[in-house]
Amino acid sequence: MTDMSAIDASMPKDPELKLTTPSRRRERAMSFGILLSILLIWTGLTNFGSIPAYVIPPPQSVFQWLIEGFRVPLSDASSLWYHTGVTMWEAFLGFVVGSALGIAMGFALAHWPVAERVLYPYVVAFQALPKVAIAPLLVVWFGFGLDAKVLIVVVMTFFPLLVNSIAGYHAVEEERIELARVCNASELQIFRHIILPSSMPFIFAGLHMAAVISLLAAIVGEFVGAKAGLGLLLLQYNNSMQMGGVFAVLLILGVLGFLLNYAMQKLEAWFSY
Amino acid sequence: MTAMTNPQTDTATPATPDVLISSRHLTKIYPTRDGRGVRALDDVSFDVRDGEFISIVGRSGCGKSTLLKILSGLLDHTRGDITLNGRPIDGPDPDIGVVFQSPTLLPWLTITQNVLFPNKIRRNITPAVRERAQSLLATVGLDGFGDRYPKELSGGMQQRAGIVRALVQDPELLLMDEPFGALDAMTREQMNLEVLRIWEESRKTIIFVTHSIVESVFLSDRVFVMTPRPGRLAEVVDIDLPRPRTLDMINSDAFGSYSGWIRKLLEAEGDF
Repeated sequence: MTDMSAIDASMPKDPELKLTTPSRRRERAMSFGILLSILLIWTGLTNFGSIPAYVIPPPQSVFQWLIEGFRVPLSDASSLWYHTGVTMWEAFLGFVVGSALGIAMGFALAHWPVAERVLYPYVVAFQALPKVAIAPLLVVWFGFGLDAKVLIVVVMTFFPLLVNSIAGYHAVEEERIELARVCNASELQIFRHIILPSSMPFIFAGLHMAAVISLLAAIVGEFVGAKAGLGLLLLQYNNSMQMGGVFAVLLILGVLGFLLNYAMQKLEAWFSY
Repeated sequence: MTAMTNPQTDTATPATPDVLISSRHLTKIYPTRDGRGVRALDDVSFDVRDGEFISIVGRSGCGKSTLLKILSGLLDHTRGDITLNGRPIDGPDPDIGVVFQSPTLLPWLTITQNVLFPNKIRRNITPAVRERAQSLLATVGLDGFGDRYPKELSGGMQQRAGIVRALVQDPELLLMDEPFGALDAMTREQMNLEVLRIWEESRKTIIFVTHSIVESVFLSDRVFVMTPRPGRLAEVVDIDLPRPRTLDMINSDAFGSYSGWIRKLLEAEGDF
């Protein structure tokens, strides 16, 4: 690296010349400012305006619900820790199983072109089907417990990984495979040392999508029928017009989604070479 | 030497001891849907002696890539014979190193790991191999870049690493498929000198495919001129320029007449 100060010293001092790009810090400050204004307007309208609490609850009531929900013991029916845990566990299990199946089947289809050509029309057809529509069916088959919800997540996370691993397999540069072949690589070595690492950016893009979908799918599953979970809690609070509780659950879901997205983004960047 | 200049007729001559590669009536026909097939290579015969620098020039579709793929063992031929040291080439061989059109370095491996990739696949990474890789990297000016990743290197440096990877196995034959096509003109000249230096130090046999007539004359002992539809070896041109070659030779009359002659051979086959 060249010394940056050396460049600065040789530059003529010209006040008109702009050397700095718009600062990232200022953009962050503006984002935070928007959040603050929303909170202010929300507080103003709900406390001093004419909006009733059963439409939009005041912020202090939402925070009270949050604090209460996280303070009650885990065994309590309103424990937010418990319901958050149930939803995340469903999403996590389904994500792991669905992604693994999607990757395995994607590579298998891509590796055997005949299988891909024969089965792909069904894949496309099934992918076009709004998969939340089969959630009620799964609840009938598997009941109100964990199984049905995990299965819904499996079905919904399977496809992004299937499609992305097929795309990843086909995107491997031909010369990389030739490189392995001139080294007398076996088919397994070609897969292990060329195809798998080459498709990592595609796989992680798929995992990113699937992670976000998994939370959504778990909530949808709980809407349809559940004994626990944030989706169930949301429905219950909504039906009894306890808007503070509804907003508290929505806030948790927002934070969870944000963190999940952030983590996957970091992971994806790590594997983009 | 005289037998080499007209290889299409000397089919009865047995391979002499210093012949490394021998091709006789080599033909490759790609199957097509209409059942007539495409003749990518038609009755190609030649010998390459140990330590020679051969360039293959020709337009797209003349079969030079097909020929290189057959030599590297990646592709079967339809008819004829092709041998390395008297053994038929029927698959990839550690005695043949390949340098690809693009550097084809794996972005998730460091330069050292990339250079050792063939040995990793063949499960023969030894301390001696590591040492050889290090010294080869040093000879191409990549000293201290072993722990860097490919994207941190310039195009020319990447292709040098690609050459080192092909040399680590210490092959007898180096196949180079338009390796400098993507580089700018200045870097390309530097790389040509680099290849000649490596060739002179290691005494490898090199078969170098290129689009550039100047490059082929500058580098080679002999230039194979190929013509398309079907892919044929039209002429073998001996380049009688002194070694070591220098860049100012490119402006000499002899150089000009060689490149003029090759251009005429290529143009004789119709429109560019």
